[in-house]
Amino acid sequence: MESETPLLDELEKGRWPSFVKEIKRAAKKNKAALDLLRVEELSYKDKITHWKHGGIVGVTGYGGGVIGRYCDKPEEYPEVAAFHTFRVNHPAGWFYKTEALRKICDIWEKYGSGMTNFHGSTGDIILLGAKTENLQPCFNELTEAGFDLGGSGSGLRTISGCVGPARCEWATIDTLDITYDLTMEFQDEIHRPRWPYKFKIKISGCPNDCVAAIARADFTIIGTWRDSIRIDQEAVREYVKNGFDIETVVRKCPTEAISWDEKNKVLNFVPEDCTRCMHCINKMPKAIRPGTEGGATILVGGKAPILKGAYLSWVIVPFMKMEPPYSEVKSLLRKIWDWWDEHGRTRERLAELIERLSFARFLKDMGLPVQPQMVFRPRSNPYVFFRR
Amino acid sequence: MPRTDIGPPNYKDMLPDIIKRNYWKWKYHEIVKPGVLKHVAESGDVLYSVRVGSPRLVSVDFIRDICEIADKYCDGYLRFTSRYNIEFLTDKQENVDKIIEEVQRLGLPVGGTGPCVTNIVHTQGWIHCHSAATDASGIVKAIMDELYDYFTSMSLPAGVRIAVACCINMCGAVHCSDLAVVGVHTKPPRIDHEKLMAQCEIPTTIQSCPTGAIRRHPDPNIKSVVVREELCMYCGNCFTVCPAMSIADPEGDGVAIYAGGKVSNARKPPMFSRLIVPYLPNNPPRWPEVVEVIKKILEVYAKNARRYERMGEWIERIGWEKFFRLTGIPFTEYHIDDFTHAVETYRTTTQFKW
Repeated sequence: MESETPLLDELEKGRWPSFVKEIKRAAKKNKAALDLLRVEELSYKDKITHWKHGGIVGVTGYGGGVIGRYCDKPEEYPEVAAFHTFRVNHPAGWFYKTEALRKICDIWEKYGSGMTNFHGSTGDIILLGAKTENLQPCFNELTEAGFDLGGSGSGLRTISGCVGPARCEWATIDTLDITYDLTMEFQDEIHRPRWPYKFKIKISGCPNDCVAAIARADFTIIGTWRDSIRIDQEAVREYVKNGFDIETVVRKCPTEAISWDEKNKVLNFVPEDCTRCMHCINKMPKAIRPGTEGGATILVGGKAPILKGAYLSWVIVPFMKMEPPYSEVKSLLRKIWDWWDEHGRTRERLAELIERLSFARFLKDMGLPVQPQMVFRPRSNPYVFFRR
Repeated sequence: MPRTDIGPPNYKDMLPDIIKRNYWKWKYHEIVKPGVLKHVAESGDVLYSVRVGSPRLVSVDFIRDICEIADKYCDGYLRFTSRYNIEFLTDKQENVDKIIEEVQRLGLPVGGTGPCVTNIVHTQGWIHCHSAATDASGIVKAIMDELYDYFTSMSLPAGVRIAVACCINMCGAVHCSDLAVVGVHTKPPRIDHEKLMAQCEIPTTIQSCPTGAIRRHPDPNIKSVVVREELCMYCGNCFTVCPAMSIADPEGDGVAIYAGGKVSNARKPPMFSRLIVPYLPNNPPRWPEVVEVIKKILEVYAKNARRYERMGEWIERIGWEKFFRLTGIPFTEYHIDDFTHAVETYRTTTQFKW
């Protein structure tokens, strides 16, 4: 028999694991997965998407967590006429007991298409495609199994962070605990959207920023330290003895804070010149480690292009201690949200609002003392609004 | 009544014993071989992580398959990375090769560590998104088939992070990736006036446009809007607030390629990815033009960059003029920015290369 999906079948070939094989696998047991495959094939033929706008769907008591999705050809593909997505809040750090994962699989096989994303860009487990009438019972069983929904719409998105102290020697803050604590504190903000637009919080344990917090979070927490890096000179000598090219570390130090004394076999270091960029630590993990006085740099405003172009987050607090119950960061968040709620326009991200009203105004309204760490360099123009 | 606002499972309940014991106490790590990390704790405890690529869009049976391996060799625990890789964690060195053997039997690649191309972060595309200008899963599959050996080896000067976004909303950190594929519309929205009158709020629709291209319809009897096409840059924001402003177009939609971004602070500060190829057509199922450009840039970088140099750092050192020459990609009028903050990109020095 001729295949219904000749274009997609091409993507079963090749060495990288195939999502088409996965949909076909689900389609053996589930009619919606089969229709999903057919709709995707139609998109490959027509070169446009066949998904319409999400209407308002959800579960009782929540405004977010479910993305409504309908096919634009419901007669041809009745099984995916309504094909809504659950965002399920992941455990911090994406660690799982297999027992918990199996529960999700069983529930999703019962109520949904059997297709998932591990994970979505927000960090959530994505359960892809349920009929409207299945939403509530599926949610009920998910929470019975210990899983809650994540965020969507104009509210707080699921918070996510890097692997942190669970399995990384570089973390200077407890990214998993902060992620979990803030998530529990702000359940209302996640599940009941009430803001001008989306708001993202992401947390990285060190300046390597493995979860890209600086690029994609309106509120960015990045681990750093205030004292000096720790150098184990014996371990440095061991690296050099084993043929490690120490110059690749010295030459690439952006502030020329380190130098190699070949005669005495000592790595010299000037702590006040260091900007904690991580290069030497990354290259010599056995010999160089972050300092011990850990905390975080707080930045705001990171976002992708829509509407006014892309932004990287801006420093607003150069150093903040991060210890439970994280009161300082929570009160700062609440203050920012109130300000954004008060002044923001519909679909205006925090960075766009700050740009419209000025960074100086934002810092003043937040009561944050201005510091040279907040700018690359001062302004060059003379258009100063002197305040009287 | 269902339970609500219980939040996610406490991460502490999901951690294997060796991680609980050594939380905060890791001393250093090394990469034993591609895809295998070895973390050593202050206590002397050793943890091996086997990193495995996945197609991201997976069936529940796939999850059950990997759970089975984790039950057999990892005491029933596993972890995912932010780039959709699976990590099998074990304190037993002898389990490492057994895990590798099992995942390879499932057809899954081991890699994604060190100076490699790791798994591609991507969005939903035609699989599930209403504003997608292109597919995502399919492009990713086509690219990774071609770059497979760069995932399973560590032969590049530095890590190369690739991302795919199916429209310029760019869910994920596409705008700061070493290489990025971005779905683009190139034609203004088509307005269905009757549908608009029935379904859309006119002030919200007008306000949604970042360039002020949307105006009220000049005929007061038509409760709709018009688009000044010369101001439209096809962002699709109006379509998101008003379904009657359809922007998807089989001929106009395609992808753009960006390069040279990063988020890490190592050496240089984070950087945005920059436009390399303004438009390539959607050509499913394998998007050959896209795969070719990505591979070309990657290989020119691999051949020319210095050790530890990220793509953006390499390009900044050699200069964009040389980058376009080395890759043979034409520099066009579209590379000169004409949107917000454009002037920051104009050259204000006589220092440049030929």
